[in-house]
Amino acid sequence: MPSATLLGQSVLSGIFIGSLYGLLGLGLSLSWGMLRQVNLAHFALAFLGGYLTFQLSGRLDPFVTLAVVAPLFFLAGMGLHWFLTRFSVSLLNTLLVTFGLTSIIEAGIQWYWTADFHRMENAYAAVRWKVGPLFVSLPDLLTLGFALVLSLGAWAVLRFTDLGKAIRATTEDAPIAAAFGVNEKLLGYLVSGLAAAVAAVAGLCLALNHTLAPVQIYAWMGVVFAAVMMGGLGRPIGPLVAGIVIGVSEALTMAVTNPTWAPLVSFSLLIALLLFRPARF
Amino acid sequence: MRIALAVIAAALIGLPYLGLPAFYESFGYLLLSAIVLATSWNVLSGYSGYFSFGHGAFFGVGVYTTAALAGKLGWNFLWTLPLAALAATVLGVALGAIVFRVRSLRGELFALLTLAITFVLATIALNAVDGGPGIMVTVDMPKIAPTASGVIYLMMLAAAALTLWTAYAMYHSRFGTGLFAIHDDEDVAEVMGVPTYRFKLAAFAISCALAGLAGGIHAIFVSYVTVAETFSIALAVNVVLMSALGGTRHWLGPAVGAIAITVLLYAFTSGNAAVVGRALTGLILIVVIVAMPEGILGQILKRFRDRAPARAQVARPFGNVNNVNTSGEPLLVVRGVAKAFKGVQALASVDLEVRRGEILGLVGPNGSGKSTLINVVSGHHVADAGSILFEGEELVGRPAHRIARAGIARTYQIPRPFPQLTVLQNVALPPMFGQVVMDRARAEEEAWRWLAFTGLDAKAHRFPADLNLHERKFLELARALASRPKLLFLDEVLSGLTPAEMDDALRLIRAIRDQGATIVFVEHVMRAVMELTDRVAVLTYGKAIAEGVPAEVMRHPEVVSAYLGAAHV
Repeated sequence: MPSATLLGQSVLSGIFIGSLYGLLGLGLSLSWGMLRQVNLAHFALAFLGGYLTFQLSGRLDPFVTLAVVAPLFFLAGMGLHWFLTRFSVSLLNTLLVTFGLTSIIEAGIQWYWTADFHRMENAYAAVRWKVGPLFVSLPDLLTLGFALVLSLGAWAVLRFTDLGKAIRATTEDAPIAAAFGVNEKLLGYLVSGLAAAVAAVAGLCLALNHTLAPVQIYAWMGVVFAAVMMGGLGRPIGPLVAGIVIGVSEALTMAVTNPTWAPLVSFSLLIALLLFRPARF
Repeated sequence: MRIALAVIAAALIGLPYLGLPAFYESFGYLLLSAIVLATSWNVLSGYSGYFSFGHGAFFGVGVYTTAALAGKLGWNFLWTLPLAALAATVLGVALGAIVFRVRSLRGELFALLTLAITFVLATIALNAVDGGPGIMVTVDMPKIAPTASGVIYLMMLAAAALTLWTAYAMYHSRFGTGLFAIHDDEDVAEVMGVPTYRFKLAAFAISCALAGLAGGIHAIFVSYVTVAETFSIALAVNVVLMSALGGTRHWLGPAVGAIAITVLLYAFTSGNAAVVGRALTGLILIVVIVAMPEGILGQILKRFRDRAPARAQVARPFGNVNNVNTSGEPLLVVRGVAKAFKGVQALASVDLEVRRGEILGLVGPNGSGKSTLINVVSGHHVADAGSILFEGEELVGRPAHRIARAGIARTYQIPRPFPQLTVLQNVALPPMFGQVVMDRARAEEEAWRWLAFTGLDAKAHRFPADLNLHERKFLELARALASRPKLLFLDEVLSGLTPAEMDDALRLIRAIRDQGATIVFVEHVMRAVMELTDRVAVLTYGKAIAEGVPAEVMRHPEVVSAYLGAAHV
């Protein structure tokens, strides 16, 4: 049995990685729950953001890069939404189309940055604090901070503002909402653009904290989708909570057994949920 | 046609004996394995609409089963092939048994779980079987062809023949028709008698078995097995692309796509070109989904179909189908049935009796629970409490398809035809899954009669989208009638029809009763209710408040107040 310090550190790192799952899941959950689009390309987009941050890290501070990349991604998200609505792609076909898009982005990344693993050298990663026996790094805290602020912010907007009310009404019944004067088309573009901009933020966190390689795009898919499913579609806080549950479970699994078994954790949790609480879906 | 097939078969079998360079056998092998994988993917995903992104996983299970048993333990590899298929099947059925039970999000959940399983299996294979470096698979080949690559080629040829035959047989059977109905509208398919859960599971099992078999053969072809090469997402993308490109709604479509894509990808095999190939597959996938949803074969067949004249078929008149039995004994007895949705009590203890041979009018204000009652009796929703006896047998808790098989049919207020099946196929579906199970040919014959009966025979080869509302309502009727139900629920068949069309419909309903069906007629049009029904039952707030002869029931004070409000004098 590992020591209490190791377990504590595991739980902590699980929370941090879980918050990244939540951050990645947020955009996915929004476009899935509200626009009926399952956007697999969200992961490729986040990695593209990570690679761009990595590429410019010699010259630009990662946050300056984000200020450029996030608006660009916002436009890309709107472009994708235009494409999917223009050709009225059905929900299941959005899976296929964005799967194709993922292939294209992945090939582009591999062509430019090769299939090798990359890790961004940056000043942030060197900043660490010792809290009692545990270590906390700045990129970890930044990830958690982004995840909390964006998830809670999205929740608050949906819950308390007129804009949020309009979005929720559109989610429930778009034609009726439109009949009551909601500009549902514009809202669709807004949600899609914001989801993609969140992918840029997630990309920054990926670059700060993790190694980048084209194959990893797919490795993150399974875990984050599990978080979205467990958290509930279109609910902004759900993926974060579920992501942290998954992250902590994974970290504990790695501490107690062999680290290579971690990819099984999220899948097992999702299967267990399907077996014992099928009514949730 | 037969001769052409025989020539092709002879040429394919003869290839290894011609002494050509090994390249031809290897390339032939690649084409054949692509055909097996794409076609096996399609018998589940194309037919039933459940997209699997995990075909690489099931293929990989086959690869590793053979690699472990033949490579590590030294078994005779021919024996490992059925086990490779079995292992993939067991995995698929276990996954399917869990995910196919879910009622909403099932398509998305299935897609994502199959995507995830690829990584799960890669993890297991890496940790438990492989150990890291990979497995050498060197086996003794049976000497049925001059070279080893020739033998492997012949094995994959046999697998391809088996796969195509399976896809063909499924396509032309009840099974395939049921899967296509699931693709279009699973809930309606179930209510029409299709055992959806079992069908999905069986299709998934077949799909996995064939992929596992191909994997087993592939282990010998590559002779050195590694996790990274085996469990790849690229395989899943390619298989999806091949099927979509060729056409998912035809048994031969994926094979056409498999050949096209394999030849195309062959041009991009090495180095940076492989990356270009991947980008290209992604691009083609998007273009095909958006611009050519029917695929190459679908497009060709459509042109062919458009030129073909509508089949002139004289519908035979009905024999004396069922003797009209107006004995008045109860056919359906509903006692204390309740159903709530998230706190809304849609049905609060309903009692109702339907007598054999009658037309019972079921009326009540909007939201009184009429449609919910139909949904509960037909098994779409399960009652929270109460009992429903049909010919003395309890229906509560039975799956919808078994209730359909017992002889209960319904129409939908807003028609819900299967949009991608022709009018004829729509009507031919219920007889295949009714009280008397018919094969496809007999079911179509039966369907022609009901199309003639409802005046839709001229549109038999059209799709539902080409019909107007009046015709779609009649399609609903024809489809419900084609299974020759003992009890038929008509849910507001008259709404939205013009007076003249309404008279048509009323004539039709009388004709239906004269053939022996008992009818529950849910309607708001009071003229029709008074004219047509033998008895009337009134529902309000999920309760039956009156039951009896129309003229009397309509004078019942509670009924008057339910419709017009209480009198304040």
